[in-house]
Amino acid sequence: MNAKSLYQEVILDHNRKPRNYGTLDDASHQAVGHNPLCGDRLDITLNLNDEHIDKIAFHGESCAICKASASMMTAAVKGKTYAYAETMIKEFRDMATGKLNLDNPHHLGRLTVFSGIQDLPTRVKCAILPWHTLHAALNSVAGASTEAEHDPANASTV
Amino acid sequence: MKIIDTKFESQTVTNNMESTRLDFPILKLKVNNKPLVYLDSAASSQMPQVVIDRLSYYHTAQHANINRGVHYLSETATAAYNAARCKLQQFVNAKEDREIIFTSGTTDAINLVMHGYGRKFIKAGDEIILSTLEHHSNIVPWQMLAEETGAKIRVIPINDAGELLIDEYEKLFNKRTKFVSLIHVSNSLGSINPIKSVIAFAHTHGVPVLIDGAQAAPHMSIDVQDLDCDFYAFSAHKLCGPTGVGVLYGKEELLESMQPFKGGGDMIATVSFEKTTYNTIPHKFEAGTPPIAAAIGFGTAIDYLSTLGLDEIHAYETDLLNYATEQIKQIPGVHIIGTAADKTAILSFVIDGIHPHDIGTLLNQDGIAIRTGHHCTQPVMQRFQIPATSRASFAFYNNKTEVDALVAGIHAVKQVFS
Ligand SMILES: Cc1ncc(COP(=O)(O)O)c(C=O)c1O
Repeated sequence: MNAKSLYQEVILDHNRKPRNYGTLDDASHQAVGHNPLCGDRLDITLNLNDEHIDKIAFHGESCAICKASASMMTAAVKGKTYAYAETMIKEFRDMATGKLNLDNPHHLGRLTVFSGIQDLPTRVKCAILPWHTLHAALNSVAGASTEAEHDPANASTV
Repeated sequence: MKIIDTKFESQTVTNNMESTRLDFPILKLKVNNKPLVYLDSAASSQMPQVVIDRLSYYHTAQHANINRGVHYLSETATAAYNAARCKLQQFVNAKEDREIIFTSGTTDAINLVMHGYGRKFIKAGDEIILSTLEHHSNIVPWQMLAEETGAKIRVIPINDAGELLIDEYEKLFNKRTKFVSLIHVSNSLGSINPIKSVIAFAHTHGVPVLIDGAQAAPHMSIDVQDLDCDFYAFSAHKLCGPTGVGVLYGKEELLESMQPFKGGGDMIATVSFEKTTYNTIPHKFEAGTPPIAAAIGFGTAIDYLSTLGLDEIHAYETDLLNYATEQIKQIPGVHIIGTAADKTAILSFVIDGIHPHDIGTLLNQDGIAIRTGHHCTQPVMQRFQIPATSRASFAFYNNKTEVDALVAGIHAVKQVFS
């Protein structure tokens, strides 16, 4: 796919009217993603309730590809389980790097418009950043417990 | 030392700027089925056929290690390498060829001065003056030195046009000021700094000055004796030469007073486990096998540019910049960042509501190569409160048709986002 058609398909809608744009005040999980190459940054906040993503929001400073990817991602994972979201994260990463065979069953739905990104190697990171950040957010509780193990206050007990 | 590099006959090159592009085979490429419009020469400029041929000739008929062999090839390669040094000496009008040190580039040259001069002479509480315009390569080494020694960094601010505030610069001086390291031409904005007066002022306080000339040497004639700078650094790959080589010019007495940067072969006079004595300059600072081929190719690039004439290059590029600036500033929603009165042909811009990376990707669809991002100058981006810009940079091999292509490309980008 050429870059112009990728832009025309995703940007028209999601760049101008991003879904789930903002921050949740009562988030149970959150993470910040950075793309050091271009200085872009993306915040994701979400509420995980009984293994389901009840609410999710994103905001930040980023290019159109990143913003559209984040917008479509939040719409796609809202209401889904933690496990389902993790499956989508893996499938999206594989698709963006050309490792997913789209002829086989998958869970990406309309997100396959991003399959063309594999032909723009310098932009793959932009499309994947929201998914990396979602992964970090979903695991931020596990992250917190790992941190506790490394907490200097606990160090003496080790 | 005067060694003529006789074995390689340079092709005659054209003297008309408009037709110089014929000397550059890469400019005949098509990208995405469109003629390549290469507007990223500030990152790396392209090489003319004479330089490519010179590299090929070296590898075909002259390659050997230098300074050590008594055989034919080693002598030939040594002579060609030394001849390149003399070409660089003439290019910047250094007094002596031993004041020209081959480094791997501008970054390496600045690091050499930081280690060789800074670590020897700069102490806790001393102050180093830099400017907001610096490339990261002229910030980070000095921060490393400051961290190590307890020295302090002071920063010359800029105005909204991207020009140095000279009054503020002069106010930064005090008894603790020990070094000034300043960019000659800003790589993200194009501003040309008035370095001659800046250097003269530092000298009234007895403070030496390093000039990062990476973006200046390709676009104007440089006379280090007239500027009276203490150090001047630049890279071959921005001067129509190959990657992997650059130059540090340093005044002889300063270079003599400095400690070596890297230890190894060629930089020594004698070595024993009790004591090593160092070689004379420039060899003291050229440890190990240098980038021989690249340095020789660099010499040929300098011949090529000198034939065209740096003053002629500067005049042609200024005309191109003025033409491009007039066109681009008229496009609604486009803002030029960097409007100094004195500029090289660098045009940074932002477009309302469109991220520079999206601009870069879409222009590439039309075969247009620009640079997008912070250009290794995050303090400049912070100064203008933007994350990034799109930067078109012009060389003498560009022309007005290519400026028109850029303008049409920007309109097309806006169309996609409308
Ligand atoms: C002003 C300036 N200084 C330093 C550098 C670093 O040059 P190099 O990467 O060749 O060491 C650059 C190149 O990007 C530059 O534009």
